[in-house]
Amino acid sequence: MTVGEMIGMLIAGACVLPLILIGALTENSGYAFHAMLGAAAAAASMILIGNRCFDGSPAVPPQEIDGKPNYTMGPVKFATVAAMVWGIAGFAVGLIIALQLAFPGLNFDLPWTNFGRMRPLHTSAVVFAFGGNVLIGSSFYVVQRTCRARLAGDLSPWFVVLGYNLFILIAGTGYLLGITQSKEYAEPEWYADLWLTIVWVVYLLVFLGTLRKRTEPHIYVANWFYLGFILTIAVLHIGNNVAVPVSILSPKSYGLWSGVQDAMFQWWYGHNAVGFFLTAGFLAIMYYFVPKRAERPIYSYRLSIIHFWALIFIYIWAGPHHLHYTALPDWAQTLGMTFSIMLWMPSWGGMINGIMTLSGAWDRLRTDPVLRMMVVSLAFYGMATFEGPLMSIKAVNGLSHYTDWTIGHVHAGALGWVAYISFGAIYCLVPWLWNRKGLYSLRLVSWHFWVSTLGIVFYITAMWVSGILQGLMWRAYTSLGFLEYAFIETVAAMHPFYVIRALGGALFLIGALIMAFNLWMTVRCEEAVDTPQAHALPPRQLATA
Amino acid sequence: MDQKHDAPQVDAVTGYSTTGHEWDGIRELNAPLPRWWLGVFYACILWSIGYWIVYPAWPLLTDTTKGVIGYASRSEISVEMAQLKAQRAAQATGMADATPAQIKADPTLFQIAMAQGKAAFGDNCAACHGVGGVGAKGYPNLNDDDWLWGGSPAAIQQTIRHGIRVAGDNDTRVSQMPAFGRDGVLKREETVAVASHVRELAGLPTEPKADLVLGRKVFADNCAACHGAAGKGNQELGAPNLTDAISLYGMDMASLTETIANSRNGVMPGWAGRLDETTIKALTVYVHSLGGGQ
Repeated sequence: MTVGEMIGMLIAGACVLPLILIGALTENSGYAFHAMLGAAAAAASMILIGNRCFDGSPAVPPQEIDGKPNYTMGPVKFATVAAMVWGIAGFAVGLIIALQLAFPGLNFDLPWTNFGRMRPLHTSAVVFAFGGNVLIGSSFYVVQRTCRARLAGDLSPWFVVLGYNLFILIAGTGYLLGITQSKEYAEPEWYADLWLTIVWVVYLLVFLGTLRKRTEPHIYVANWFYLGFILTIAVLHIGNNVAVPVSILSPKSYGLWSGVQDAMFQWWYGHNAVGFFLTAGFLAIMYYFVPKRAERPIYSYRLSIIHFWALIFIYIWAGPHHLHYTALPDWAQTLGMTFSIMLWMPSWGGMINGIMTLSGAWDRLRTDPVLRMMVVSLAFYGMATFEGPLMSIKAVNGLSHYTDWTIGHVHAGALGWVAYISFGAIYCLVPWLWNRKGLYSLRLVSWHFWVSTLGIVFYITAMWVSGILQGLMWRAYTSLGFLEYAFIETVAAMHPFYVIRALGGALFLIGALIMAFNLWMTVRCEEAVDTPQAHALPPRQLATA
Repeated sequence: MDQKHDAPQVDAVTGYSTTGHEWDGIRELNAPLPRWWLGVFYACILWSIGYWIVYPAWPLLTDTTKGVIGYASRSEISVEMAQLKAQRAAQATGMADATPAQIKADPTLFQIAMAQGKAAFGDNCAACHGVGGVGAKGYPNLNDDDWLWGGSPAAIQQTIRHGIRVAGDNDTRVSQMPAFGRDGVLKREETVAVASHVRELAGLPTEPKADLVLGRKVFADNCAACHGAAGKGNQELGAPNLTDAISLYGMDMASLTETIANSRNGVMPGWAGRLDETTIKALTVYVHSLGGGQ
């Protein structure tokens, strides 16, 4: 037994009884459920660590085997599977709430299935559960491969992956049971936030430790983006969630910020969750998986340096554009808007570097649907990062804010960019992780691509039309100075677009189900090989002139 | 095979050299920044600096930079609101002192009242009465000429101001039909019989086995006081006319027996105090014009 295993068992063991006590003494049934869940997780950790000590493997795995790094792939596999499971759950809940908006009867008049509780379940499931597992899993894979070093720590990578998914479970069940602090994208209450903080700090330490152990002289660009993402999310999470719990026996807490400062903190957090979680983190994925899949060098090292530093410096200022024409002082609105405009080119730097990496490999798009998915994700990324600065301009925001246009914009980024680059990375990762020569079926990848692309197009166009229609109807005055439309008329006008949106969501979900089947068969059928045709073509790696 | 510090190579496809590093098979070209990219980036920065000069932008120790045009979003909105109020006040002169009937007679005032009434109706009334005032079960249709509490402009205005069965408002519309079944006034078969008679009054078919003789007697003893011997209703008491086929809660046997047995006593909020008098007047004109104003 190692010192780490002993400390791990001691901490887990020390948590069991207090958690059971909290669960027994609290008057809130949802909180009691979470305390018992925590106690069960602590007990399970003890058993799992104990098992490791007796299963005959060496207490400390070797760093290298036969001169090659002995990579830790277990947590990566777990996170990859978790990402697919959470992804499909999150897309399904998204479809349900899209249908609820079109047909309100589907709320079923039950508190647990009400739109207000299902909506954070959807956003957290897709952003934090699906996206988070893709980020953690891929970062653990990429940092090892590009540092040529085994992950730092032995228990800690497992702690990060399992602990993060426990957080997801607590957050998601909490929403359905009515436990929320009502901050968008930061709904979990104080105890879940504290737990995530612990998990996240360990994640940072594992990542930094691995960078420190690297046998490559330089740190690859993907790792800059991963590190930027991990560090900034830690700062944002703590900044937005500082709160005083009512009691250790209550899930309720009161935030330290109030009024317009609270709003500013919330959107500083909210926008940078987009910037550092959904942009920087997934750019890191792009910087590894696109050149790997295209078998081409990254287009421009210089561009990657400039756009990385410009992106992380400028992004952090852009939050106030969520609070145009509110109680937020004008100067802060000005800064939020102008920094959003300046962010346009730094954002596009990643798109240029990704797409230009395909120079000399464009023909691969015809034969490799995985690469096609990643390139289309970059196109959606470019579109969304142009639309974002546009919508941050106050005159445009006056029309777009609070309308479905925002929802359309978010989904152009979330479905088109984040999910597609993730799908591409997972399609690459699964054969690598499970030692398969290729995917079960590239035809199915093609089907996934076309079905979900159609879904995205339905979704985005429906929300553009609906959002602009909604914004124009809200602001329409008659010549006599009275509002042209009642609010309820604007709601009725959106109905057809809500139905189209739900159709788009259904197609996207079907695509993900096709993907899950394909991956399942890839892992199950050891012999099936379906590699891109391109391998038959002349090698296009680096040619020395 | 040590590829840590290869000499930079030139990529044949693009013509750019690499940086000489390699990570897990990935190399990097040293292509320069695209000129158009850099140009647009600089242009965005310059535009932002210009914007900071014109508008309030940077926080200082105790204040912020104000910008050269003296812009403030609060003054912008108050100017726009003042303009709107001035426009409405200018066209509303005459509305304040006119009765709803006078407004209806004056084409200019009528046009304004209809525009204002439609906007106010959509935001305050449509939730229950429907967008065009078509109503729903329990919420009267305002397009027909069947009025519970009167369809004259004065009666409508009174209803909007004080609502129906509003607790604590002495001027509210109030009446209470007894719950004949729940309070043990009528037996089950009497309730069914009188429900059949109500259908008979409305000219609707009744079941062959219905005891209409009993129904007529029960009606005369219990219902006629408010609804009238012929079931024509009484707007003074809010007692609906039972002889037309229009009904708030339904004329099928199940709905009728439910109404007779348990009563309904719906409520509508009073809007005096929530909406200003001109808006209430405009709403009165609007509702009166929907279809069946008397």
